Amino acid sequence: MQNLQHKNPVIEIKDLKKDFNKIPAVKGVSFSVYEGEICGLLGPNGAGKTTTIQMILDLITPTSGEIKIFGKEIKHHREEILGVMNFSSPYVSLPGNLTAWENLATFARLYGVRDVRATIESLADFFDIRSLLHKMTGSLSTGQLTRLNLTKALLNNPRLLLLDEPTSSLDPDIADRTRKMLLKIRDEKKVTMLYTSHNMEEVEEICDRVIFIQHGQLKDQGTPTELIEKYGRKDLNDVFLAIARGHNKGEEI
Amino acid sequence: MKLSRINGLIMRHLYLYKRSVPRLMDIFYWPIMELLLWGFISAFIDKLGMPGFNAVTVLLGAVIFWDLLAQSQRAVSVSFLEEVWEKNFLNIFVTPLRVSEFIASTFILAAIRIVLVTIVMAFIAFFFYKFNLFVFGFTLIPFMFNLLMFGSVLGLFTTAIILRYGTSAQVLAFGFIMLIQPFTAVFYPVSVLPPLLQKFSYLFPSTYVFEGMREVISTGTFSYPLFWGAAATNFVYAFVITWFFYRMFAYVKREGKLLRLD
Repeated sequence: MQNLQHKNPVIEIKDLKKDFNKIPAVKGVSFSVYEGEICGLLGPNGAGKTTTIQMILDLITPTSGEIKIFGKEIKHHREEILGVMNFSSPYVSLPGNLTAWENLATFARLYGVRDVRATIESLADFFDIRSLLHKMTGSLSTGQLTRLNLTKALLNNPRLLLLDEPTSSLDPDIADRTRKMLLKIRDEKKVTMLYTSHNMEEVEEICDRVIFIQHGQLKDQGTPTELIEKYGRKDLNDVFLAIARGHNKGEEI
Repeated sequence: MKLSRINGLIMRHLYLYKRSVPRLMDIFYWPIMELLLWGFISAFIDKLGMPGFNAVTVLLGAVIFWDLLAQSQRAVSVSFLEEVWEKNFLNIFVTPLRVSEFIASTFILAAIRIVLVTIVMAFIAFFFYKFNLFVFGFTLIPFMFNLLMFGSVLGLFTTAIILRYGTSAQVLAFGFIMLIQPFTAVFYPVSVLPPLLQKFSYLFPSTYVFEGMREVISTGTFSYPLFWGAAATNFVYAFVITWFFYRMFAYVKREGKLLRLD
């Protein structure tokens, strides 16, 4: 396991549980995400990843457990914590009937950004979307929307980013550019990221560490290399299959 | 509450309105059509020559006031529905935005909307029917403010119901206000209603407002008891419905329904 002792935890989840109509969706998950890392939150469909992320974002109230972000409980410090974190997902669209600029200006105000114009222009240059700012959001291509979503996600200069399958609907070229952009954001802006994806090749490339969740429980965690070694597999995709299917080290999938 | 966040949400809707003809029509089309229709009916009733009854002033005043109530209710509900239709709820509630700021922004949008509607309707009423709403000076303004408040609170109530039951209940955003119309003495005095319904009608702040409006228009005097009746019932509605909205919001967060509203 990589040495994380010297790093500060940005997210601390302790014994987090969520039941929907007495059916458990998350069954006592505990993990931490450390400063400056890109941490993958992986698991099959219905594993509890989205519910966990939505609890971190305070969109779903946990049944029990503790969520601390930057050392503070989200339920008591929601406004302060959400002010220094952000979220991006291709499944959550910005209003298509506003221009890209109008959307960004709206969210800049919601995050209390002081110089709205300068912030948007600087980020638009970073993501190379300046020429798109006055186009209707609904008319943008998937790749352009991804960049717009990421621009929105950086408006408040966040210290923590939650990214839900950010490259899921992109072609390989744009997906590759997006990953490089995310690494650049991490390196230049020192942003910690919690990242979900079903593309294990991508996770291997971008994530410093991964956490596997299945049936609402934490199954394993470590660096991609550690887990590949631990499960005796050739890549993280096979590790995913081994964990999802309950196979032991070296056992044929 | 942070003004920048309230301003952000208001601007988001104003951006939308400035280029959307259907949305502008929703604000102006129905009030204008209703005003024209009732204006001609009033003119016809006036021609019948009923002594002591000025149909134009009484009915047109009622139509304008009724539209203020309906518009403020719809403004609040539709501001919420816009976020649901555009699947923007997650985006706005992962910002530091508070529920109270969200509510405040919808109420301010309702106020902006009714100011616009009042100006347009007052102009048309004067131009077509020589009915000058402003001749009553400031005496109608406290009643108008009560209508804005009650309409907004009813909008918050329909929003809470849509939150709880999803968009299958969105018809309430457009039709809910009609449920109270027969009982709130919009076009006729409370005394016309059967005795039991008279008591029921005073459960609505709008009843005091319409009675007060008729008194201002017919006698030129401002009725403090009717004003305070409207204000007191409004306060109770605002308190109870705000509490109800927060309960529904907590419920959808607990059930994970906040993002599955469509």
